Amino acid sequence: MTGPATLGTAARRGAETKTTMRSTYGRGRAKLQKGLVYGAAFLTFAVLLFLIGYILISGIPHLKSSLFALQYTSENVSMLPAMITTVEMTVLALLLAVPFGLFTAVYLNEYAARGSRLVRVIRITTETLSGIPSIVFGLFGMLFFVTRLHWGYSLLAGAMTLAIMILPLIMRTAEEALMAVPDSFREASFGLGAGRLRTVFRIVLPSAMPGILSGVILGIGRIVGETAALIFTAGTMAQIPGLLQSGRTLAIHMYVLSGEGLHMNEAYATAVVLLVVVLLMNTLSALVAKKLTKK
Amino acid sequence: MENKIEIRDMNLYYGDFHALHGIDLDIRANEITAFIGPSGCGKSTLLRSLNRMNDLVEGCKITGDITLDGEDIYKDCDVNRLRKRVGMVFQKPNPFPMSIYDNIAYGPRTHGIKSRVRLDEIVETSLRHAAIWEETKDCLKKSALSMSGGQQQRICIARALAADPEVLLMDEPTSALDPISTAKIEDLVLELKKDYTIVMVTHNMQQATRVSDITAFFLLGDMIEVGKTEQLFSMPQDKRTEDYITGRFG
Repeated sequence: MTGPATLGTAARRGAETKTTMRSTYGRGRAKLQKGLVYGAAFLTFAVLLFLIGYILISGIPHLKSSLFALQYTSENVSMLPAMITTVEMTVLALLLAVPFGLFTAVYLNEYAARGSRLVRVIRITTETLSGIPSIVFGLFGMLFFVTRLHWGYSLLAGAMTLAIMILPLIMRTAEEALMAVPDSFREASFGLGAGRLRTVFRIVLPSAMPGILSGVILGIGRIVGETAALIFTAGTMAQIPGLLQSGRTLAIHMYVLSGEGLHMNEAYATAVVLLVVVLLMNTLSALVAKKLTKK
Repeated sequence: MENKIEIRDMNLYYGDFHALHGIDLDIRANEITAFIGPSGCGKSTLLRSLNRMNDLVEGCKITGDITLDGEDIYKDCDVNRLRKRVGMVFQKPNPFPMSIYDNIAYGPRTHGIKSRVRLDEIVETSLRHAAIWEETKDCLKKSALSMSGGQQQRICIARALAADPEVLLMDEPTSALDPISTAKIEDLVLELKKDYTIVMVTHNMQQATRVSDITAFFLLGDMIEVGKTEQLFSMPQDKRTEDYITGRFG
């Protein structure tokens, strides 16, 4: 019975030396570290709170039902057409970018030989693409889609430009998500006689879904907030556009209103709506991801 | 007893590395064959050659013949059919992140069984066969990941059985499990030998003596010795086998 008892005392003695050491040289330092961490956390939170508060206070009083009229006129700068355009633009750009991005990621991670030259080239290309400022995409979109292909300032030209812009983002996040799927799942599936296609669609993609979705949501965030690339490609017409008509998203609507300087209050009201849309989307995506992972 | 699998002068290379040297081995039907040997001796590699899992490893090259019921598995055989006939249980339990039912039904669904009634039946018999039906029958809809490690491994065995294999490869199936779960799986393996041919890699020599009929000893890519398990452990023919089983190295 002496064995465990001595062991216990030794352990206790060890713990004591540890605490004394800490108290002699580390207490002030620990306090400082704690202060820094709390300070940083508070500052981050305060900035966000201030920003949101400022926009809400400046914008909410000017949110009138007339701002949600179906028609935009120079007397009543309604934002409803812009809201609908934002939805159209987002859906169209995602329809173009997500399948391409996702299947490229699937090819790179599941089919291509690991470390092959082609894979390296594609990776470098995507990295470069993701580093290009959005105004450059805008210029390209204008020269190619708007002018060369004669689409004019249009929803389609804007969506194509945005699709190219978010493609690297979608691809990289999808690839990360696929890489995070343990190889043991793939092995188990192959071991049961499933082919690669079935393994990818039944096992790998469902497991990677939360990660893929978070990429898509980041993409939506960029589309909703983008202005530079759209001014040159989708134009700034305040209407609900068809595929080959010009339209303005909420962000552009805001940009134009504040640029003209005549409707600052309405610009703030638009900012409130934009903010709420973004917050809603984030919550929704978090919920969806949670539901998917639970399954 | 007839030979289920015959391996003839089989060499395996990972790139320039010669991992298995001229292996000749018969695996007989309805017996348990154990592969033993120290880490890196090639026993898992050989096991994974039997259902062509090494195809997934880049730079892996195999010469010689491996036949299943006389059919050369590397020449005139569809790899997905082969893996249906030669099922596998892995070292770490690796159930899919889905319900227990869907885990078990994955194999049969892969091979085209769609009828709900038929699937229900397969799921039940497979789980019964793997001695885990009692623990799972009330929670088939629950995620397989919510079960304990030992239960997960038996679910994985049930999943392999559901694909209706003839041979079952087990790659150290108990190395990640506690002693009680290990004992359950060993009992199960002895039970399964009536219906399946089993090849098992193990690090644990006691396990080999407890369950296997035939034991093959591997060292640095060579098969040193193969024989009836009690014979190999009581009267090893080779000095190296003796050194290993008496614990002088490994």
